[in-house]
Amino acid sequence: MASASIPARITMPAEARRGEIIEIRVLARHAMDRAIDAPGLTPVPRKIIHTLRVTYDGAEILHMDLSPGIAANPYVAFTTVATTTGELVFEWLEDGGAVYERRQMLTVT
Amino acid sequence: MRHLVVLAATLMLGATASAGEVRAPASFLSPDLRALQDDPSRHPGWLWVDGGEALWREAPRSGRPSCEGCHGPIDGMRGVAARYPAVASDGALLNLEARIERCRTDNQQAPAFGYESEALLSLTAAIALRSRGLPVAVETEGAAAQHLAAGKRFYETRQGQLNLSCGQCHDENVGRRLRGDVISSGVGTGFPAYRLEWNTLGSLHRRLRACSLGVRATQLPYGAYDYVALELYLAARARGLPVESPGIRR
Repeated sequence: MASASIPARITMPAEARRGEIIEIRVLARHAMDRAIDAPGLTPVPRKIIHTLRVTYDGAEILHMDLSPGIAANPYVAFTTVATTTGELVFEWLEDGGAVYERRQMLTVT
Repeated sequence: MRHLVVLAATLMLGATASAGEVRAPASFLSPDLRALQDDPSRHPGWLWVDGGEALWREAPRSGRPSCEGCHGPIDGMRGVAARYPAVASDGALLNLEARIERCRTDNQQAPAFGYESEALLSLTAAIALRSRGLPVAVETEGAAAQHLAAGKRFYETRQGQLNLSCGQCHDENVGRRLRGDVISSGVGTGFPAYRLEWNTLGSLHRRLRACSLGVRATQLPYGAYDYVALELYLAARARGLPVESPGIRR
């Protein structure tokens, strides 16, 4: 599936030593619309980012399910071990099938 | 000697602040929220700042130059937000949002963004960020004096079904709790701010409308003169306090 861009801020080091634990902070812009369905209200279908998936040099290092209880503009911080120079691919999976993607290089010395 | 300086500063402030000490909004935040406000890697407001910086460089469809085309890099806007609201050459009192809109319609000859639009919020946040940490330094003399007086009058007028003036909360009950939050000195130095209740970035006028609703008074439209004059009076109260935009508010 073709990937669109998403306003997001990814904070992580560009370089790390082999074996070093690095922290990655991911902030994405998304309304995280919960479903509205109650008498007297106009029904609105749920439209949230339901999954955040991060791969590092092809291997999945984070797979997170997000729920409708999470506020707009979800922020996620996690750590990983710098093993090899490679690309981190961040994918946000939205209700309705849209996938948003951002990439970031990590150089390991 | 140092005491004298502090005394003189207090007396000067006393000219605009009617009662008590006006404290920086950040001092009313919890330590966690204060840390969030100071951390661009977690602060959602920076998503708007990124957008505003892109808009700064983007030329409008009218063929006129981008913001950068005339003003240069956005870092040159340092200190600008700390001086608004200000009186324009034609005598109108403009806040930062109105100044941007005027530049957009008059100089760029492009359609106005519209108050509270994503684009205007983003651009305002990106420009205001350049004044972060600088002291508020609005002009209150000369042409601004009459607007300051109007803002002061609005601040001191009892309003709404609850019949409250701004000062009855923000001077007389500062630091006490109102429902789930602490009553602040009521200055707008952090706006546009990311308010957790809104889940989004919003302007000071959106916050003022919430205040109007709170006392069950008429909510004035965005950009209404009374709100802009009040914004000037609040800035005068906040003179010397650091700009916190984009802030984090509850």
